Amino acid sequence: MRHNSIRYACFALFFCVTIFLTVSDQSSAQAPTTQNPPASAAPQSANPQTPNIVFSDSPRPRPGLNIVVLDPAHGGTDTGARGTGGIRESEIVLQFALQVRRALEAQGFQVIQTRMANENPSFDDRSAMANAQVGAVFISLHVSSTGQPGTVRVYVNSDLPPSSGGREAGGLIPWDRAQAPFLFLSHKLGDFVQGNLAVRFRGSPGSAQAAAIRQLRTTAAPAIAVEISSVSVNDRLDLDRMAPGVADAIARGVTDFRPSYVVAGIPGGLR
Amino acid sequence: MNTRWVGMVLGGLFGAVIIAGLYFPILKQRVKQTAKIQPQSEEQARRELTQSLTANPTEARVKAKLFWASNAHDGSLVPATVELPLSNEPVLRAKQVLNTLLAGPAEPELRTLPPDAVLLAFYLLPDGTGIADFSEAMASSIPSGIESEQRAMDSITRTLAANVPQVTRLKILIHGQEVETLAGHLDLTGSFVVSPRGAQAASSAQPDLLTSSSIRLEPPLTPRSASRQTYAATREQPTNSR
Repeated sequence: MRHNSIRYACFALFFCVTIFLTVSDQSSAQAPTTQNPPASAAPQSANPQTPNIVFSDSPRPRPGLNIVVLDPAHGGTDTGARGTGGIRESEIVLQFALQVRRALEAQGFQVIQTRMANENPSFDDRSAMANAQVGAVFISLHVSSTGQPGTVRVYVNSDLPPSSGGREAGGLIPWDRAQAPFLFLSHKLGDFVQGNLAVRFRGSPGSAQAAAIRQLRTTAAPAIAVEISSVSVNDRLDLDRMAPGVADAIARGVTDFRPSYVVAGIPGGLR
Repeated sequence: MNTRWVGMVLGGLFGAVIIAGLYFPILKQRVKQTAKIQPQSEEQARRELTQSLTANPTEARVKAKLFWASNAHDGSLVPATVELPLSNEPVLRAKQVLNTLLAGPAEPELRTLPPDAVLLAFYLLPDGTGIADFSEAMASSIPSGIESEQRAMDSITRTLAANVPQVTRLKILIHGQEVETLAGHLDLTGSFVVSPRGAQAASSAQPDLLTSSSIRLEPPLTPRSASRQTYAATREQPTNSR
């Protein structure tokens, strides 16, 4: 009888310790998240589901620049800039994209559009379309609400904090700064396109400007944003008339840029 | 039957004592940690409440440089000199300057920020990073576009650089929240360089964006392996000299 009670005691002890260990395991697993100060100012990854890395090595890269990823900005519920006359940025850029696409295809480029209709892929989804390509450039199309009507400006991403050595171990570059190694090429592409636009649209600046543009930051390719002024025009025809000139200037700019694209040591570029 | 019960109860109690003994230090540690976090935020909140924004009459009137849009309507900014009673305390000074910037210039079409936007709070971290928290209107009333959003940001950073040298970088919050973009274009996830010192700090130290250390493949040299290597080196020396 006495023997039995000891056995029960041991069993109870074992049971309690097991429960304690599982409970303490769980609480220690949760501890790091709960102990973080809540008002952390550190920027977080925009989309936690998106992988934070870009695979830059493709099995069979085709040499040179062949693909243009064309990004009509906004779409869906996001109309972008809206004029008092009811002009919506998201509609205008889709129309412009069609003309730019034709002009680029006439120059022998393969064109991929980030959206074909009134839908709104996320910033990361749009970047991912360019990052999946080898030998591509990324061009985002916008219509502004400000600026002198009839002018067009080209923007590149402003300087990004450098990562350690530009390229990470294992050929990976961080998603959050995917644009950093391409900034030099983006500036070159931007200047070529802006130069061609300045000839056609008086009052436009002579070279590309820098701005902290969210869409360009996660794009691992030479990337520019082209912004047309503006939705404030009273007649939509004023904007429509600009489309052929914008399309032609972009196609010429990308063609001018083509020889500059071959630079060694750039992930995704030609090795 | 009775002894069995006594045994079980005793066993249970014994287990409970051991659990309590083990758990108590952990609990104590956690209480200590939470206590460490709270006083700071409480103090911050109190400081926020007690600080009044009304200019102190004893504060000397100084010439502040505020950046608004230029008359040329080409998207550029020009500095306007305004005499303001400014505090010497950097946080208060930043608030006074930004509130004047929000109030706008004499000609309303030259303003760079929406008229209904309000500065809710301004913090200054020890490393020189300022955090400006604006009301919802800052994002919803600003004309959407790369040019207009960049100009708004430029006017804020250049005005701070000209008047509050302590602020080297600037982070923008909208209604206390971190947002992805200002109005669909401008990236607010990172911080903006205000002064050259801020740019230097960013390039020398690891940036505040997602660090690469999480995917570093080579483990750093641990103290133990390092000491082993130096030991091997010192041991080799005598044999070489012989």
